[in-house]
Amino acid sequence: MAYLDHAATTPMLSAALDAYTAAAREIGNPSSLHAAGRAARRMVEESRERIAAVIGARPSEVIFTGGGTEADNLATKGIFWARRDADPKRLRMVASAVEHHAVLDAVDWLGRHEGAEVAYLPVDAAGRVDPEVFAELVRAHGDEIALVTVQWANNEVGTVHPVPELAAVAAAAGVPFHTDAVQAVGQVPVDFAASGVAALTLTGHKLGGPVGTGALVLGRDVACTPLLHGGGQERDVRSGTLDTAGVVAFAVAVETTVQARLEYAGRVAKLRDELVRRVLAAVPEAIYNGDPEHRLPGNAHFSFPGCEGDALLLLLDAQGIYCSTGSACSAGVAQPSHVLLAMGADDARARSSLRFSLGHDSTEADLDVLLATLPAVVERARRAGAWKTPR
Amino acid sequence: MSGGVDSAVAAARAKDAGHDVTGVHLALARNPQTYRTGARGCCTLEDSRDARRAADVIGIPFYVWDMADEFHASVVDDFVDEYAAGRTPNPCLRCNEKIKFAAVLDRAVALGFDAVVTGHHARLGADGLLRRSVDLAKDQSYVLAVLTRAQLDRAAFPLGDSTKEQVRLEAADRGLAVADKPDSHDICFIADGDTRGFLEKRLGSAPGDIVDGRSGEKLGTHNGAYGYTIGQRKGLNLRVPAADGRPRYVLSITPVTNTVTVGPREDLEVDTVTAERPIWHETADRVDCEVQLRAHGEVVPASVTVTPSGLTATLATPARGVAAGQAIVAYRPDPAGDVVLGSATITAGTRESANV
Repeated sequence: MAYLDHAATTPMLSAALDAYTAAAREIGNPSSLHAAGRAARRMVEESRERIAAVIGARPSEVIFTGGGTEADNLATKGIFWARRDADPKRLRMVASAVEHHAVLDAVDWLGRHEGAEVAYLPVDAAGRVDPEVFAELVRAHGDEIALVTVQWANNEVGTVHPVPELAAVAAAAGVPFHTDAVQAVGQVPVDFAASGVAALTLTGHKLGGPVGTGALVLGRDVACTPLLHGGGQERDVRSGTLDTAGVVAFAVAVETTVQARLEYAGRVAKLRDELVRRVLAAVPEAIYNGDPEHRLPGNAHFSFPGCEGDALLLLLDAQGIYCSTGSACSAGVAQPSHVLLAMGADDARARSSLRFSLGHDSTEADLDVLLATLPAVVERARRAGAWKTPR
Repeated sequence: MSGGVDSAVAAARAKDAGHDVTGVHLALARNPQTYRTGARGCCTLEDSRDARRAADVIGIPFYVWDMADEFHASVVDDFVDEYAAGRTPNPCLRCNEKIKFAAVLDRAVALGFDAVVTGHHARLGADGLLRRSVDLAKDQSYVLAVLTRAQLDRAAFPLGDSTKEQVRLEAADRGLAVADKPDSHDICFIADGDTRGFLEKRLGSAPGDIVDGRSGEKLGTHNGAYGYTIGQRKGLNLRVPAADGRPRYVLSITPVTNTVTVGPREDLEVDTVTAERPIWHETADRVDCEVQLRAHGEVVPASVTVTPSGLTATLATPARGVAAGQAIVAYRPDPAGDVVLGSATITAGTRESANV
């Protein structure tokens, strides 16, 4: 077995799991006024402080959510609504063309239902947003822009965007900037305050915490209309009883991962480089996608010309090797990756891609398992690739 | 795995037989919302989830394969074209011929699989002969008879020895939630079951005459000949009653003149059926056997003569409702299950003593 899909979800750190089970045994709603409630509240607030400390934010800026998708929706919709309500001519939404669907579909929804005028920032062949193109857009339309959202790092090809540079351009024009840093925290240096962004999304299960707990780090002065109405637990921006155990485990995972980042990134990037070298040696026609320099340490993304990504996935799965095409499914059907298409790949190349993502428990043995079967799998998938030919 | 009970049990049996089984659900709709919904369906997102859940319970990998383009080209467009040409297609047969045992099979073989297993009710044993299911009411050999020898050699139908009732009981025993899911009956790509409406949307309105087969008299008009099927009695909406007061039936459809011809029941009777594109498994090219002329239709003794390009069946007793485009399937009666000898696509039904 070789688990090479850490970018989808990575195993919980044992410290986070221990913290979770310990906290889950305790009774108490953090909003309750009695002693049990206060004890739960204390665990939540300590967790908030731990997260804030390692990502360069103030505790009050950390808003717990039910994960990355909710945080992305809250940021894109909430800030858009607030900015438009403050000035009706701010209808422009600017997003990179390679956002995760949690951002892309939220922005698209704003365009279709809320009158937003959406502009997508193009990326280069490596998948990176060009700061010059962005600066030009801000110069031309700065006063009409409600929000800019550019991911810190791409979930498919692992490309890291120049977020602080882009955020500085936005800040100079008085435009709030949101970044989906779900893939970045714990992998590359992420400092909320230093980056100059107005809002930042992170989530637990990409860094060794539990699924279903995440956060939007929202600058204190950034207006944001709530998505969820109710008890107003999180700064009146997000309602819903806080998941104490989830939050505690999330904080342990964030803290552990960020503090161990330098050692982790060095080790995993080296392993990743080894994987890339071995894959390209075994399958010379494979195309290594993404940015070789500005890249997540655990990401290796390839196109295998002539192969269907989902055929490769099926064959590897049958050998106990777990990876991903990296792109979204629609009703279980793999779609050509919008990220690859935005990078200038054609439909066939976009469908022929496969993502291997390494994590904290990855070893050389995982590479051995993969490389033992990959050449034969690629060969077989290539022969199966002809199945689409009209009969 | 459609998400129904049959394919779920077939997959489970294949696994029990020691095979390395992978579940595949076919995404056939370009837009899943446009295909039929709810318990009647086999192509909806809900059906896909049912299939996935069944695969979980059985303990096999599961994938959705996108065959929407192939299905549209080979089955849906063909369905419309056939009606436009005055014929009556069978889309389930076409789907077996072009999708399940062609596009799916080809891909599966290329990926290293040996065969396609389906939940069809038919028998295909070690002798390689395709036979009727033990459950004659559910028998699907008619829509499988189009398969060639090469296709049959890569097919497996584990349910042929069981009745539908037994399959449902077994599904319940296996803990498959689809055990009591209703059977699907209608054409999967026609969401509301309104075939005439579906065709009208695609072929447009094409008014023409409804004429009496014997007198040639114009009895009424229609909005499109594709809305009529040979043998149809209801929905003719003729204002002129027949002289003898008896019901009239659609006898034939003539696309060239866009005419629907009607007449009395006995004029529907044919005793000779000609067909094209034969798939023939027998060595003899002339056999006395039984033929079935439509899905779930009656069986008629006949003498069948086969040539490379076609097939002619002389029926021992006349048959009614023989429509071009349907399959004629020849069976040899057998106590161990009637054996499929071959099939072909009907081009015409005629009557030696015909007065039409």
